[in-house]
Amino acid sequence: MSERLRVRTLFFGVYGEMANGREGMTELPGGSTVGDLVATLRDTRGFDWLPERVVVAVNRRYAETGTPLSEGDEVALIPPVAGG
Amino acid sequence: MQERDGHDPVEARVRTRITRESLDEPGLFGDLGAGSDGAVLIFQGRVRDMDEGRTVTGLAYEAYDEMADEELRAICREAADRFAVGAISAAHRVGELEPGEVSVSIGVAAPHRAACYEASRFVIEEIKARLPVWKHERYADGDAVWVGAPEGLAARAEARPEAGEDSAKDEG
Repeated sequence: MSERLRVRTLFFGVYGEMANGREGMTELPGGSTVGDLVATLRDTRGFDWLPERVVVAVNRRYAETGTPLSEGDEVALIPPVAGG
Repeated sequence: MQERDGHDPVEARVRTRITRESLDEPGLFGDLGAGSDGAVLIFQGRVRDMDEGRTVTGLAYEAYDEMADEELRAICREAADRFAVGAISAAHRVGELEPGEVSVSIGVAAPHRAACYEASRFVIEEIKARLPVWKHERYADGDAVWVGAPEGLAARAEARPEAGEDSAKDEG
């Protein structure tokens, strides 16, 4: 078996309401990226409502689709912000 | 990133917070800046009582607290770096707010007014573009929505059975 990694996922705003809980854990193959996580959530975890190009933050910083993930990362799924 | 050991001149010029406490009280900016800052500009964003023709009865701001703290600080540091200002203070409310309450407040002190206006505008625009804060707005007709949510998604979320309970809950 190849190495696996687990990340903590956080859902905010309308995503939190859709996700049935604002926090979860997702296991991925080693070497996975933000894009791989989003695809996994959409395709195999029932989060088909998640936009393909969802904005993501890794460890509290905005990240790109290609950003690599590490064991224990905190990954937030960020709907359009509405502060101010 | 700020240096924790050495002197950080930008850090000394910014003051930020994400808070559940009222931002309505006067005097938040009385001590902002130094004697050389002859201009002080204060911007307040308030909860409006109408949105797109609907009467707003209240709203809840949700934040990704830890990231919002860091992001608000980063925004103000960028502004302090970019414009000739002495000091910047910015705060954003979270939790339950009523129409008329201050949701965001920004104070800028500078030697001259032009930099105040530029920096203040920069901070509010960046807050709106990137501060991880979300607004759940409630209306007089009983409806409630996550403002800015993708249209199909907003409708699906509100149709969920627990949505009504959730929006009625007072987060204090």
